[in-house]
This record gives sequence, structure tokens and C-alpha cells, in this order.
Amino acid sequence: MTVGIVGYGSYIPRRRIRLGDIAKVWGADENAFERGLELHEKSVPARDEDTITMSTTAARRALMRAGIDPARIGAVYIGSESHPYAVKPSGTVVAEAIGATPDVHCADLEFACKAGSEGMFIASALVRAGEVEYALAIGADTSQGAPGDALEYSTAAGAAAFIFGRENLLATLDAQTSFMTDTPDFWRREYMHYPRHAARFTGEPAYFKHTKGAALALMAKVGATPQDFTFAVFHQPNGKFPMRVGRELGFSRQQMLAGWLSPWLGNTYSGASPMGLTAILDVARPGDRILMVSFGSGAGSDGFIWTVTERIREVQALAPTTRTQLDERKLYVDYGMYAKLRGKIRMGE
Amino acid sequence: MTTPSAARLTREYPARYRLEGARCLACGEILYPRRLVCPACGAREFAVHRLSSHGVVKTFTVIHVAGSAFKHQVPYILAVVALEGGGTLTCELTDLVDQQPEIGMPVELQFRRIQEDGEAGVIAYGHKAVPR
Ligand SMILES: [Zn+2]
Repeated sequence: MTVGIVGYGSYIPRRRIRLGDIAKVWGADENAFERGLELHEKSVPARDEDTITMSTTAARRALMRAGIDPARIGAVYIGSESHPYAVKPSGTVVAEAIGATPDVHCADLEFACKAGSEGMFIASALVRAGEVEYALAIGADTSQGAPGDALEYSTAAGAAAFIFGRENLLATLDAQTSFMTDTPDFWRREYMHYPRHAARFTGEPAYFKHTKGAALALMAKVGATPQDFTFAVFHQPNGKFPMRVGRELGFSRQQMLAGWLSPWLGNTYSGASPMGLTAILDVARPGDRILMVSFGSGAGSDGFIWTVTERIREVQALAPTTRTQLDERKLYVDYGMYAKLRGKIRMGE
Repeated sequence: MTTPSAARLTREYPARYRLEGARCLACGEILYPRRLVCPACGAREFAVHRLSSHGVVKTFTVIHVAGSAFKHQVPYILAVVALEGGGTLTCELTDLVDQQPEIGMPVELQFRRIQEDGEAGVIAYGHKAVPR
């Protein structure tokens, strides 16, 4: 049975901070981030934006493109490592806000940066099994790095939502795979505010090993080579890693540009490669094939192959595109405002 | 100012979360929030009407001195938004980029955090207006 995407949507907060403004505060070398990691600025959530609000807006935009009654959505999965509540799902609020309750299965998922693609993996499988007619999967995060830590230069906010179904597809899901090992490259213990990472350990044995593992397994599954794809998108912890892994796998820069958001967006964690996919779908044409590979520390990657259908032309303009949100009407904040918005200032009683 | 109780928030979900108001079956008046009696014609029967998320600013005010829950958010803008297809909503107008609030400004309603009951309490969600 063919399953795929019937609607997609994204959300990027309007606020941005330039990396130079962070570097200035900590006496760091701005060029190390600009050139070394290909990062220039990142999105910042306002005080009234969180994983639940961004997920809701992204899901509503996916509904605008899907054109379905939200009551027919039988499953809602939200992948994030910044759920607003430690106990109480984000998904219940989002499902209620879009009108999918009460006949709906719901779970919040966590797996560092790949929680969003986990939801996509499960949602598509439930639809394929015939358990539900439509399933909604969202990847969203408002992640934080400790002040002055390297992560503070990349942790950003954004969300991407996908509605899976069996009919009226705008892209078919041709194959999916998962590649995982136990790798302690990055973690956060309960009650700890900021995550810790094993610095150099995060690159080769974690990100590159798993993204490559998933990409190669996926292409082997369908007998494809990099030349068979119009677009490829990888998890984007910074600007440099996704371009490097793509190049090493044999993809050209041209294939990766459309989904490469991180230099001006930052790392949206669970939202990263899913948001890259939304940017690709915004410009894709019927027949285009897309390879998408996520990565989550811990560590693992989910991979998907999509083929765009004729219906893409009808839906692209039905909701704001990801690039429009990334490039237009930006609201720059300085480090002081950033610290206030992110709750980094100790307040009086 | 205190946060509405969890029980009250839940009762108000259809209005707060999905912008569900009422349309008077007798005269067509759109009410938000819904009421028991239509102020336009006195009728008591209504159908559920979902407000449009698009509208224009009907009027606004800038709050410089706020209650304790919002004292660190000043200055902020409160607006009355007239929605396409009927109904009005009073809410915050936010995310203005290089522009001043003005009457007639086209806006879109977005789902946002409205209030939280301290660090440990329930979070109240609802809608705010942002420029379109
Ligand atoms: Zn009436």
C-alpha cells in the first residue's frame, strides 16, 4: 500500500540573534563560528512561544495544505527535547487546538534531535497498517545551550509538521529505515537545565557514523545512488556537518542547498531535518526524489525516501513557505533581550 | 492577577484553543465568546461558529503599567481584532517588525502562551494577533 504526505507546514519564530552578538559577550572568536561551523544567526523564541505553540501553528499550516477535516486524524506524535511540561504531554494541547480530539492516539516522543523523525516513522507505519486514516507527526524544539557553551551559538527554535495518509498524496514515502547504536555523545539528566556533550566525541563516531549508516542502508534498500535524487537533507547541528556528510556520500552542493537552513536558522533539534524537508517541498516539482536523514544523539538516524507527486503544485502556496519565514520580517534581539526571553536572568521574588 | 483555574481553562478550551464562538440561528450575529442570549435579537439558539484566524485591528492601546503577572512584558499592545466573517477578539498584538500598530492593520491570530502560573503551575494557551 502506498502512503505518504498529504500536508506539511513549518513555523519559525521571527526573532533572531547574530552569532557575533553572542561571541562578544563571552570573548569568543566570531570567525570560528562564522567560518568554522558556517553559522551566522539563529532563531529565538519569544516568551510566548514554545514547543506547543510552534507545533500548533505548523500543524494548522499542514492542515491548510492537506485540506482534510482534523477530526479524521487518528494519531498525533510530537517529537521534542523541550516539551513545556516534564509530565503532561504536549500532544494533548496541540490535538485539542487543531480539533483532532477525542478519537486520537497521542504520544510525546524523545530521542534528542531525532524525536521529530521518529514520529514520522511511526505515523507513516500506522497509516500503512490501516490503523488510522491520517496521522500527524511534528518535530519541534526551543532548545537551550548553557551560557558561553559552544551549543549556545547553535540552539534555535522551529517546528515542522506532516500529515500522513493514503490518498491525495503530495509526496509518496518509498522507503524508511533506522540506524542506531548506544553512543553517549550528548545527554541531559533529569532536573538539569542544560545538556552536556562529549565535545569531540559528537562528530565522527556519532553524527557522521549514524547519518551515513542510515543513508547507505536506505539507498541499498531501494537500489538507488545519490544521482537518483533531486534533493537531499541531513540533520543540521550547524552549517558544516550536513554539507560534509552529503559530500562524503556523493551528493552535490546543489542537491543539498534547498534544505540547508542551519546557517541562518541554527539547530532546531527535532525540527532540523524535518524543516529542511518542508523547505524542499516548497520548491519541489512532480517526480523529484528526496532523501532525508535525521540524527539524534544517543545515537541514531532515521532515513526516508520521498517522491513528489503532481499534487505538490496545488498546495505549495496554501501556507507560508519555510524560506519566507527564514528570510523575511526578522526581528533582531541583542544578548540582553535574548537572555531575558530565554529565562537566563535570575529574577526577584 | 491570578491565572484562571485548570477547571475554568478546560471549560474554555473550545473558545480559547479553537476560536469557537456562536452564530445566532435567528439573526446571524456572531458572538465570541458565546452567550446564552443573542444581544442583537434576544434569540437563544446558536450554532458553533469557528472564527477566522484573519482580521484587522479595530482599535488598540499600549500598556505601560501592567499587573504583576505581566509587569516584565511592558510595553505591550492590546488590540480589538475584527475577524473576517464576523466576530471580534480582544488580545495582545505582538511580533511587530519595524512598524507601529495602527487601526486597519491586517493581522493573523496565532496560538501562543498567554500566562503561566509561576514556574510550577499550569500554562494557559490562547491566541495573539501578529501582523500578516
Ligand atoms: Zn440574534
